[in-house]
Amino acid sequence: MKRLFLFLLLFAPSAAFAAEPKVNALNFPGPAWSPYLAGAGIGVLSWLTFYFADKAIGASSFYATVAGGLGRLFARRHTDSLDYYKENPPQLGWETVLVLATVAGAFISAFTGGEITGRWLPPFWVARFGEQSFLLHGALGFMGGILMAFGARFAGGCTSGHGISGTLQLNIGSWISVICFFLGGIAVAYPLYLL
Amino acid sequence: MIDPGSAVKKGSTKPEPAVAPPTKLILALFAGLIFGFLLQKGGAAKFNILIGQLLLQDWTVAKIMLSAIIVGMLGIYPLHQAAKVNLHLKPTRLGPNIIGGLVFGAGFALMGYCPGTAAAALGQGNWDALFGMVGLVVGSYLYAELSGWLKKSGASKLGDYGKVTLPDAIKVPRLPFAIGFAALLAICVVVLEHFTIR
Repeated sequence: MKRLFLFLLLFAPSAAFAAEPKVNALNFPGPAWSPYLAGAGIGVLSWLTFYFADKAIGASSFYATVAGGLGRLFARRHTDSLDYYKENPPQLGWETVLVLATVAGAFISAFTGGEITGRWLPPFWVARFGEQSFLLHGALGFMGGILMAFGARFAGGCTSGHGISGTLQLNIGSWISVICFFLGGIAVAYPLYLL
Repeated sequence: MIDPGSAVKKGSTKPEPAVAPPTKLILALFAGLIFGFLLQKGGAAKFNILIGQLLLQDWTVAKIMLSAIIVGMLGIYPLHQAAKVNLHLKPTRLGPNIIGGLVFGAGFALMGYCPGTAAAALGQGNWDALFGMVGLVVGSYLYAELSGWLKKSGASKLGDYGKVTLPDAIKVPRLPFAIGFAALLAICVVVLEHFTIR
């Protein structure tokens, strides 16, 4: 038993690396533009938002605002009594409009570039889990969303707010957070897709 | 019913209007349109590219993020030095940053999109992002439910260092540090480009 454990500990990860991977993301469509061009554009965009709007780019608080707005619709007193919403009252503001416009901007980009997909299951997911995995994909997505919202709120931001806006300001907490985003992500994605 | 002890003190903070001023909303509209456009062009609205990064097969996301950070840093710090922009720092709290970060990452791997890229994915017609977006809304409310306890128990202030940047921590001037750091990240990009297929 002890030997088996040791074997798994030592060889299972290396086997996962060495063996032909179950799925390979590189067999699926890549970016339309060079990632450096897109990234540099986002960098310039951050100058503009800092200068003109006195705001940083972020996305996750949009979902908290929607949740708070819905909460106030059904249970106003209770929602207003929660510490988070006392400190961050739901407001139709910067991040709400920014995220809604992000949907539109991506649509314009995909439409003009002929990349509109219009599907419920990504081909990469299908390559790993098959066509009959709609429920699993939905359930994992929903659960993942819940975990991600909790993590983003606790850590203070997401891949946009910490991962780009915070790191470019050399914010220590943002660098720690983004490293942990990827560590946590790799730790779950590896067994989920490659074992 | 609101507990007597938990009521907000009136006048302690200036009340937030329910809708932000229109100029700010218009700026947000333009920023969002460009952000979504660039995320989609960079491939960050695609499931295989996002999961591919977590599997260390496809390095597109790291390349987008690193170039955004380098370019952003080389603009924000000179502008800040010239007193043209404010910094928007979030407090460094080791406990929440690490624990929240790891939980976020786990959720990211399950869902395949992150909060910003989910919006871009939806715009591209990847309807499956909606599952996760609903989860994000539900999870945000659950966090708000727990926020009182997290605050009272001290968990949300674990390892609190306040708003602090790397150059502040090691006591060197910000702008030269930012330039040096950007150069270091640029070397990372060159190395990354050399050793990765995509």
